Amino acid sequence: MTDVLATAIAGRPEESERGEIGRRDFFNAIAAGAFGIAGLGSLVVTYRYLLPNALFEPSMNFRAGTPDLYPLDSVTYMPDQQVYIVRTGDGFYAVSAICTHLGCNTQWKPEAGLIACPCHGSKFKSDGTKVEGPAPRSLPHFSITLTPDGELLVDKLETIKPGQALRV
Amino acid sequence: MNTMTFEEILNRLRATRAWRSIFRRGPARTNRTRSLAIFGNVFLHLLPVKVREQSLRVRATYYLGTISFFMFVVLTLTGILLMFYYHPAVPQAYLDMKDLRFVVSNGVFLRNLHRVAAHVMVIAVFWHMFHVFYRGGYRPPHEFNWAVGVMLLLLTLLLSYTGYLLPWDQLAFWAITVGTNILSAAPFFGSQLRYLLLGGNLVGENALLRFYVLHCVILPLVAALLIGVHFWRIRKDGGLTLREDYERDKK
Repeated sequence: MTDVLATAIAGRPEESERGEIGRRDFFNAIAAGAFGIAGLGSLVVTYRYLLPNALFEPSMNFRAGTPDLYPLDSVTYMPDQQVYIVRTGDGFYAVSAICTHLGCNTQWKPEAGLIACPCHGSKFKSDGTKVEGPAPRSLPHFSITLTPDGELLVDKLETIKPGQALRV
Repeated sequence: MNTMTFEEILNRLRATRAWRSIFRRGPARTNRTRSLAIFGNVFLHLLPVKVREQSLRVRATYYLGTISFFMFVVLTLTGILLMFYYHPAVPQAYLDMKDLRFVVSNGVFLRNLHRVAAHVMVIAVFWHMFHVFYRGGYRPPHEFNWAVGVMLLLLTLLLSYTGYLLPWDQLAFWAITVGTNILSAAPFFGSQLRYLLLGGNLVGENALLRFYVLHCVILPLVAALLIGVHFWRIRKDGGLTLREDYERDKK
C-alpha cells in the first residue's frame, strides 16, 4: 500500500515535467466538461421550452365587410382589430390604430381630424402620418385587398408603403 | 396553597427531555449562554451575536431595513392568503379580484393590506438605500452587501411590476403593454425578451400566467435568499456603518 502511494506521489511531478496530464486532472477535466455541456444544454433547452410554439392569439387577418359600408372621406375604427379603415377619393387603406410609441390604442378625433393617443399625446393624420411625438414613426399601413366575393380583406402581418390605396 | 411562580414552571419545562433536545444550553444569563442562544439557532445565527449600543438607536437606521423586511413578511402572508381565491386565467382573474373585494369575508382587507404594504415596501427600500448611501454604507467592507442591496431593490421593483398585472383590469393591461414595449426597445434582444416575458406577442393569458409564476414563486424565492445573504453579511462585515464611523473616516 505504502509502495503504491509512494509511486503515485513520486510519479506526479515526472508526468507534469513531461508535459503530460495526470489521471486525476484528466478525469477532473472530463467531469467539468461533461457538467458544463449538460448545464449549457439544459439552459438552451429551458430557454426553448419557454418560447411557445402555438399561440392562441386573435387571427392577424380579417374581413371588413363590403366597400359600400364606408362613406367617402371617412375613418372607421375596427375596435376588435385595432385598425382604421380609411376611405378617400383615391380608394381604401387600412391604418394601424396601435401607437408606434408604446403600443396604446389610439382614437380618431373627427372634430380635430386627427388620430390621437391617450397615453402620451402623440398625434397622427388620418392617413397615419405623424404630426406630433413622442411617437417615433407614423402609423403603418396594412395590406388591404378585395376577396372574390367582394369584401375587404386586411392582413395585419403585411405592412405596405403608404400611398398604395385600394381602388374599388 | 401550592402555587408555582412563572420561573418555577419555566425551570421545570427546561428540565424536560424534549426541551433539552431542542435547546442544548441553559438559560441565557451569561454572555456565553447568550451568544450560544444566537449561534445555536438557525434563524438567529444570521444576525450578529453582539451589537454596539449606538446601532440600536432609532437615528442609527430609522429601522428602514427592518421595516422593508417586515413588509416583505406581511406581503408573503397576505399574498399566500390571496392565492386561495385567485385563478391566474382570463377572464377569471378579474372576477376573482372583484370577488375578493365584494364577496369574500375580509377579502377587501387582505387585498388592501397587500397593496398598501407593497407601496410601503417600495418607499422603505428606496429610503433605506438613500440612507445607507448618504451615510457611506457602501464603502469597504460593505461593498458586497451594497451590491446585494441593489439586487434586492431591483427585485422589489420587479415584484411590484409583476403584481400590477394580476388584477387583470384596464390599468393593469395597459401598464404592462406600455412597460413591455419599453423592454422591447432594449438593444439587440429587446423584442425577444418581450416575447419570452409575455409568452406571445400581446398581453394575454400566457402573460398573465407568467407574471403570476414570477410574482408568487420565482421572485419571492430569490428575494428571500438574498435577504438571508444581506442579513448575514451585516454580521460578517462587523455591523452597521454609524454616523460616528462616517465622520471619523471622512477626516
